[in-house]
Amino acid sequence: MSERERDDHTGTETTGHEWDGIKELDTPLPRWWLWVFYGSIAWAVVYWILMPAWPGISGYTRGVLGRSDRAAVVQELGALAHHRQAGEARLRTASLQQIEADPELQAYAMQVGQSVFGDNCATCHGAGGAGAKGYPNLRDDVWLWGGTLDEIRHTIQVGVRSGHPGARGETVMPAFGRDQMLGARQVDDLTEYVVALSGRKADAAAAARARQTFADQCAACHGPAGAGDVARGIPNLTDAEWLYGSDRAAIRDQIWNGRNGVMPTWEARFSPETIKALAVYVHANAGGEAEPAAPAAAAPEESAAGAAR
Amino acid sequence: MTQAQALRDDTPLDVVALYMFTGLAALGALLATALSPDPSFRFSSWIMLAAFLVAFLAMSVQMANGKLRSDPTRYADGVIRAGVIATMFWAVAGLSAGVLVAAQLSWPTIFYFPDLEWLNFGRLRPLHTSAVIFAFGGNALIATSFWVVQRTCKARLAGGVWPWFVFWGYQLFIVLAATGYLAGITQSREYAEPEWYVDLWLTIVWVAYLLVFLGTIWKRKEPHIYVANWFYLAFIVTVAILHVINNAAVPAGLLEAKSYSAAAGVQDALIQWWYGHNAVAFFLTVPFLAMMYYFVPKRAERPVYSYRLSIVHFWSLIFIYIWAGPHHLHFTALPQWAQTLGMTFSIMLWMPSWGGMINGFMTLSGAWDKVRTDPVIRMFVVAMAFYGMATFEGPLMSIRAVNALSHYTDWTIGHVHSGALGWNGFITFACLYCMTPWLWKKERLYSNALVEWHFWIATTGILLYISSMWISGVMEGLMWREYTPQGYLANAFVETVAAKHIPNMIRTLGGLMFLSGALIMTYNLWRTIRMPSSAPESASATPAAQLIAAE
Repeated sequence: MSERERDDHTGTETTGHEWDGIKELDTPLPRWWLWVFYGSIAWAVVYWILMPAWPGISGYTRGVLGRSDRAAVVQELGALAHHRQAGEARLRTASLQQIEADPELQAYAMQVGQSVFGDNCATCHGAGGAGAKGYPNLRDDVWLWGGTLDEIRHTIQVGVRSGHPGARGETVMPAFGRDQMLGARQVDDLTEYVVALSGRKADAAAAARARQTFADQCAACHGPAGAGDVARGIPNLTDAEWLYGSDRAAIRDQIWNGRNGVMPTWEARFSPETIKALAVYVHANAGGEAEPAAPAAAAPEESAAGAAR
Repeated sequence: MTQAQALRDDTPLDVVALYMFTGLAALGALLATALSPDPSFRFSSWIMLAAFLVAFLAMSVQMANGKLRSDPTRYADGVIRAGVIATMFWAVAGLSAGVLVAAQLSWPTIFYFPDLEWLNFGRLRPLHTSAVIFAFGGNALIATSFWVVQRTCKARLAGGVWPWFVFWGYQLFIVLAATGYLAGITQSREYAEPEWYVDLWLTIVWVAYLLVFLGTIWKRKEPHIYVANWFYLAFIVTVAILHVINNAAVPAGLLEAKSYSAAAGVQDALIQWWYGHNAVAFFLTVPFLAMMYYFVPKRAERPVYSYRLSIVHFWSLIFIYIWAGPHHLHFTALPQWAQTLGMTFSIMLWMPSWGGMINGFMTLSGAWDKVRTDPVIRMFVVAMAFYGMATFEGPLMSIRAVNALSHYTDWTIGHVHSGALGWNGFITFACLYCMTPWLWKKERLYSNALVEWHFWIATTGILLYISSMWISGVMEGLMWREYTPQGYLANAFVETVAAKHIPNMIRTLGGLMFLSGALIMTYNLWRTIRMPSSAPESASATPAAQLIAAE
């Protein structure tokens, strides 16, 4: 169609084509562009020669450097295991009590425990271990499954209602309301009774009406006084710690729906040494109970110290 | 109104065909709704039924009034006007969804709606990505391609009323996809979340789009095909191939929403990212370069810098881009040789990508003064600058050593948004600012000052967005790989999340600014459309002698 013409500004000829008023200059390829393009192709060819690159019928070109991601991963994991070896050996041979008594070893266990706790336990128990509704607080002095070093280690190992053969006390709280074991009025009265158990102000008449219900339905697990049972993970109803909330609505909801928390068993995921370190970390950092030798006195102080940290 | 009444004897064949297609589709949707045992599927088929019935009734009325006729002496501009409005609408919708998910990441306890599962982050995030890519970007591409192909071929769109089918069919696809995300219907493939029946519908629409576009090129009255049309055609053809292959799946039942992918395991992952990366290539790069190749020389009134560069970079881009997908799967179960190929082809892609930027920038040679005087030209310049930056950053991030740090972090989010907001967003806004006065026959935009405001607010927003994501991404990557002296990971994942709080808030602010700019644009364009018409022969509406730009 139209003729080639010269562009005044650049001095370059057009191609002679025109579309809707748009023309094209016949500028040659920019040299630097072309050479960088060639350079990137050359770099790619070199990379193909050095590294695993092109597939064939039965395999691929392995590259003259003989590099392999899979081999590298195996090597790096081996190096990591080697790096951890000395510390783990000390954890393996020492008892939990010995670890806690040795400041250097305890500091090591705390480091390991903190790392493992952050990526595995914090999801439910919170980054600081303070728990949340339905997830026990690990920083106070109330322990559903016991707060000594060995009890904590055991709980981490077997979990709670995890299906692990060693899991303790597979008790299940019934859903008294939802499953129509009790009527709505009875559950209301029972709520008042439980509120009264923890020393709070409650409707005395309602609590009195629920006395027999509690004895029939609840005392078998929670005990006649509602003090619970650490051996079977039965919560104490007379203290100020409430897994699912302390107000009337939350208590009523728990009686009605009977939720039962679950914690996985960590035995398959962590080495015994890691579980030990984690137990030491939880025990020390989160206000665990003192060892049986001096049971009564230490607990409140440790709890206060834990809260202050 | 019965079909017999509606169909006059002189009704064109293309209208009859579309009318029958719509009627049959409505019948099919009715049967599917009645017979499906799956509530999810029924949810979608109700939407289809409503859409097809409305379309059928609307066509009946229009045909009875003797409308829907194509005048071969005029360009088909009505469908482009609809596309411009749809682009504006979906821009606001998609960007708003983005701001909401950004706010959810910044303030997870405030923007958390446990009782409204459809506002869950997991459902809103794909809604956001698909709304901006496919709804906003897709409508911009369909509208501009229809404008460009007609003007550069001097031919009315082929297919009579079928371009309207492409437009409305595509909107139906968007609505089906979006409602599916909110209802939790997804096949969990990035950028390809819609289930099989939505994919099938898009395939029908896309084939119609291809035929309309090819038919128009076939009818052209120019001896050569303009470079923008190569890019548009590569986009339409390749997206069709990518879409069909990646979505190959077996439905759980004929009338059930759920489906199972045809491939499995790492092969499935590789197909997905071959698709995913080429969605970036052939949806967000190639056709947007087509926009650049038409609108930049047109607006600057300068010839394209180099015809030869356009040929060489077109073919090298097309050939090399299609190989780069495996770089999304570095250090995974994907064999190392495939990772090598993905990475090296990404490096080789650098110059072919930059060829487009050079051609765009150098086209402004002799018109650089307009950067100062014309905010629309300035938007084109910033768009091309972000294009150049993103296409340098992409090859950089594909290098395995870099990827080991950047992968899965916010750096990737920042990279994507420098491309999406800076390149795709700005070049689309600039094209809308060009096309709206042309399409509605106005001499000028309602307000150039508002374009300035849009430009500066949105540019600042992009810079806040990408710099906060760079910082947060590199920090996050470094925190993930840090070990204690004992050989254990130093940071818990949740600590890396907490550390990103401030960058996340800056990102939300940046996104909000970008959205504000789009709202200003929408207002400005709306007022432009409502201005009294005064420009019967504006610059780009000047057609060939026998064609008048109107419908």
